[in-house]
Amino acid sequence: MGIPVFQVDVIIPTQTRYLRLIGHIGERIANELDTYTGDKVQLAYDLNLVLTEATANAIKHAKTDSPKETVRILIQIEENELIIKVFDHGQGFDLKNVEPLDFANPQETGMGLFFIKTYMDSVRYTMTPEVNILEISKKLQ
Amino acid sequence: MKLRYETKQEYEVIIIDEERIDAHNSGDLKEALLHKIEQGNTQLIVHLAQVRFIDSSGLGALLAAYKKINAGHGKLILVHVQAQVLAMFELTRLTQVFDIYAELDDVLAHHG
Repeated sequence: MGIPVFQVDVIIPTQTRYLRLIGHIGERIANELDTYTGDKVQLAYDLNLVLTEATANAIKHAKTDSPKETVRILIQIEENELIIKVFDHGQGFDLKNVEPLDFANPQETGMGLFFIKTYMDSVRYTMTPEVNILEISKKLQ
Repeated sequence: MKLRYETKQEYEVIIIDEERIDAHNSGDLKEALLHKIEQGNTQLIVHLAQVRFIDSSGLGALLAAYKKINAGHGKLILVHVQAQVLAMFELTRLTQVFDIYAELDDVLAHHG
């Protein structure tokens, strides 16, 4: 793991009204990546989506919607990699139990992690008694 | 969720006046669409010109409405889908589920 060029650390209540803010932060970060040679407009959308899905997932799995319950989102930008860590205190879930999408028989739920896996290079979920961490990363070209 | 409604020929058009559909407002969208179907509307058009972002819950809301209207042999058609939003339908292959048209007039010309 390299040294972050910069990082953004946000703590929000477990309320979906903050998804817009988190998504916009992702878009703005994409615009700040001066050395990124790929399609920045697409990267902005992808980061908006991935951060929205990861945060919504943490909110969904939170124990309560009490204003005191929080989700922490840490976004680290290194020279060649972007790493997102979403910390929650909910019941957690097992990535291995996430069903792949059934394209022939589409369902209303389960697409969020599919998007995260599709747009990012690695996804890892760690559960501990204190905190759960969804860690996702993307190589920056 | 800001929504507007218009009637065009036999279609009830639901215009989504939001830039973003995510888990905060997708429940409202789903409820509004299902309500329209429960009221007896069998020909719905969802107008997405203002929507530049949709997440999995937004796709899920549209899919729930599609399933309900399809079960009653009705139609749910999407129009004015922006490129990045359309890419989400393509990735999940929901382009094979929904009827998607570029313009409202295309629907009226095709089905009218």
